[in-house]
Amino acid sequence: MSAGCSLLWTGAEEDDRVFDLHDWEGAEPRWCPGCGDLSVLTAMQRLAVAEQFVPETTVFVSGIGCSSRFPHYMKAYGFHGIHGRALPVATGVKLSRPELTVFVAMGDGDCTSIGAAHWLHMIRYNIDVTALLMDNNIYGLTKKQSSPTTPQGFASNTAPRGSWLPALDPIQATLGVTNASFVAQTAEWVPAHLYATLRAAYHHKGFSFVRILQRCPQYTDSIYKEAVRKPSIVELLVHENGLTVPELDRLYTNQRRHDPRDLDEARRLAEASDVIRLGIFFQDESRPRYDLIRALPQRTVEEKIRLMNEELDRYAV
Amino acid sequence: MVTTIKAEAGVAAAEADTSGAEPVVHRCSEHTVEILSDSGEGAQKCGQAFGTVSAKMGNGAWTVEIIPAEIQPPARTPAGASGNRIRISSAQVTNWGDRTNLVVAFNEQVLLSRHEIGAFADDAVILVENMWATHEDEDIRKAWASAMAQLATAHYRVIEVPMEEQCLTVVENARKGKNMFALGLLAWIYDRDLELVREQIAYTFRKKSAEVYEANIALLDLGVKWASEHLDFRIQVPAAPVGQAMVVMNGNQALALGGIASGMELAAMYPITPATSVSHHLSDVFESYGGVVHQAEDEIAAIGVAIGASYAGKCAFTITSGPGLALKTEFIGLATMIEVPLVIVDVQRGGPSTGLPTKVEQSDLLAAVFGQPGDTPKVVLAPATIEECFHVMITARRIADAFRVPVLVLSDANLATGVQPFPRPEPRPEWFSPPPDQSPVPEGLRPFDWDARTGLSQRFIPGQPGGMHIVTGLHHDENGKLTYDQKMYQHSSAMRSRKLAVLQEMLQPPVVTGDADGGDLLLVGWGSTRGAIEEAVEQARGEGLSVSSTHLSFLSPLQPGLKQIFSKFKKVMTVEINYSDDPTAPYITEENRRRGQLSFLLRASTLVDVDCWTRVLGEPLRPATLVDVIRANVPQGGAR
Ligand SMILES: Cc1ncc(C[n+]2csc(CCOP(=O)(O)OP(=O)(O)O)c2C)c(N)n1
Ligand code: SF4
Ligand SMILES: [Mg+2]
Repeated sequence: MSAGCSLLWTGAEEDDRVFDLHDWEGAEPRWCPGCGDLSVLTAMQRLAVAEQFVPETTVFVSGIGCSSRFPHYMKAYGFHGIHGRALPVATGVKLSRPELTVFVAMGDGDCTSIGAAHWLHMIRYNIDVTALLMDNNIYGLTKKQSSPTTPQGFASNTAPRGSWLPALDPIQATLGVTNASFVAQTAEWVPAHLYATLRAAYHHKGFSFVRILQRCPQYTDSIYKEAVRKPSIVELLVHENGLTVPELDRLYTNQRRHDPRDLDEARRLAEASDVIRLGIFFQDESRPRYDLIRALPQRTVEEKIRLMNEELDRYAV
Repeated sequence: MVTTIKAEAGVAAAEADTSGAEPVVHRCSEHTVEILSDSGEGAQKCGQAFGTVSAKMGNGAWTVEIIPAEIQPPARTPAGASGNRIRISSAQVTNWGDRTNLVVAFNEQVLLSRHEIGAFADDAVILVENMWATHEDEDIRKAWASAMAQLATAHYRVIEVPMEEQCLTVVENARKGKNMFALGLLAWIYDRDLELVREQIAYTFRKKSAEVYEANIALLDLGVKWASEHLDFRIQVPAAPVGQAMVVMNGNQALALGGIASGMELAAMYPITPATSVSHHLSDVFESYGGVVHQAEDEIAAIGVAIGASYAGKCAFTITSGPGLALKTEFIGLATMIEVPLVIVDVQRGGPSTGLPTKVEQSDLLAAVFGQPGDTPKVVLAPATIEECFHVMITARRIADAFRVPVLVLSDANLATGVQPFPRPEPRPEWFSPPPDQSPVPEGLRPFDWDARTGLSQRFIPGQPGGMHIVTGLHHDENGKLTYDQKMYQHSSAMRSRKLAVLQEMLQPPVVTGDADGGDLLLVGWGSTRGAIEEAVEQARGEGLSVSSTHLSFLSPLQPGLKQIFSKFKKVMTVEINYSDDPTAPYITEENRRRGQLSFLLRASTLVDVDCWTRVLGEPLRPATLVDVIRANVPQGGAR
């Protein structure tokens, strides 16, 4: 047993291990055939190999939902928690172990409904965590109830005559929160864009929020059908300060130069329009980061005992 | 100055102005003092300083706060009474005692409110600010006159003190200074060491300027001078020699320091009375130990952050009170399921719902033990004294780590604000949790490798090579993998549950105070009521009644040997500060009676007919009340 060894593992120094795709294969995915979550998993595994993540220092945290099964399928440390509460858990992980690489997988119900408070506050905390919102516009796991992002008029089991209200736009919402530092939208059916976006999000220092438009052939098959078939209704946001995905230039000709440092423009672009915009809306690495602000030097037990004795003396009778 | 010593006498009525004459010194083995003001006038600072200095001088002391429910209640109203009540004694004090012997009040309305609830002893001495008698507002003059007339019907000795007038000779705004003047009065009456008082003032105002300190000292001196020139009595409560190093603090300070001494490095919380001040004390000092107090967006997030931190590193804790505990239930279930160590502090207040935010109650016991849907075995501990508030945190953390289990610590508003001296803890290295294990996980070891007998297993922490696994709140097997195997549901449930039985085997039966061999009546308590119960038992035994008591510090698992202890007594009865039906009330029968929460637990686990006596008056129990309860409940012919 490993108990008793209190030396910190310093494997990184002489680590000559190379991790390939196989090293990142966790349990066999149990999503429906054609489920967009699978594309996200593939992109993440590619990224893990490309960036040579170290499995034992990588943590995937999720809530509950189809999308929240994600950690089971990555061979890292995984925390499949409770519905809506992945972000507080990730906050705790990162506050206690800043050296770990932390990803969060959430569904639209998870993030924008039950977990909305945590979402809003995580944006403000701006902790160095990469969050993936797999937005299939529906509650998948519980079988087709409306979510906040369900399009108005779309029929679900809880709104059989169509969802009552306009959908909540997670990008608009995120851009509206003080201290947002990385806000991007991508689509799982455009793998090159998905990969490039995840990569940028991973490299961003701070809270990276990526909304991934995700097909759910089971319940919301119609929603992205047109967008998948017609790249022309998709507009790519490109910029040398943000993303360029040259291999998409031929297919996705509808492109707009947008400097992600421009928050006002980002907010305008996030407003509802006829096109689906993919790209980095906003990025600013200079925003204050709670995890850095709260970072503290570790104390040895001897130091703590000395401090505690001083402290107790202040209460001495 | 001390010339006459009259043993154990009440302070007899005499002329208030005795300039020239030597004061009569009354020697008492204990005395209870109360300082009352409108909220914001600082009576609490005065009371705390008096209690602390008394403790430092070697008196046993117990201080409780008198707290209005609002931050700024209207001035001069009975509802606004704010202050402190300090019981000092020649011996150790374990509870707030009975009625108050000496009162300092800043207005007659707060005084009246306490008089009306019977807070004062029949022969109490009352020092009251008299500016209201000649106030320019006629309504105030009338209110004063009527209140004083009402008080005159009691047998108190009322002494009018021109506090405002006096303070104005030193400061411009007397409202901000009366508390130190009052401290001066008390310092003289009780012959407190003025050097210690000054030190305490310096500590209280350490974050303020030197001018503030000087002004407060001037007011203190003024109070001492006024008292020495105008009062004809002094009170001497001889200090017991303290054989060992002592510290003095309140229960929330003790919880905070204990949390640090346990080695935990993250506390996540959301403000809620009466738990919040734990995080205030922590916030002051935790960072120097490398510790973080995270004020989360709500209680759910707070426990989530604590669980995340525990999961990835060292056991962490979250601090709350009843309503917050309710919000944390789902995460507590998760912590049980994924077997992550966690300490949850619940400083109980009156419930249900928002209830009585500042008042004491012990109504969260069943919520703590059973409050989560699904079977959620966890450990529940309750400190009984301020000292235990410190040590319980270390015990809780160690159990949480060793058993991979959430541990709930049930304190309450009485301990939270009660101030008591206790033997100085001597920090030991083993109290502090070691750094997270980062060694490679040996081949073949599984993340939930339950020992089939004990349910215990070794957890893997991110960073440990070869230990990658998923924790999930879904039913899982030894590998942490989702399982649809029915036998595994049964087995893993048994493994999580078994740990409590293993822990119980390591515990001692509770100590019986009185007659361990048995007798007529056994009182059983838990949490902050211990001092009052034991004092009452001692007194009743002095009267010849065959009564004993025992006190439980573990509520889940319960300590062993209870059935055997109970079997030696004719009657067993819990004493608790929570609600139970009066058996004589309409509709109430033996079967439908809702009982005290501990008695419910004890009946279920021992099959002994454990009765209960409980009250929800929003105040700690009084020993004298309990003596009456004992007299009424000792079975017929029960004299020893
Ligand atoms: C507290 C709580 N409430 C409700 C549920 C039931 N539930 C599980 S997943 C889910 C919604 C899933 O939708 P989403 O977050 O969009 O994820 P998806 O399945 O679509 O990926 C709900 C309501 C739960 N597990 N916990
Ligand atoms: S229900 Fe939809 S989201 Fe869930 S696994 Fe199936 S396709 Fe994917
Ligand atoms: Mg969804």
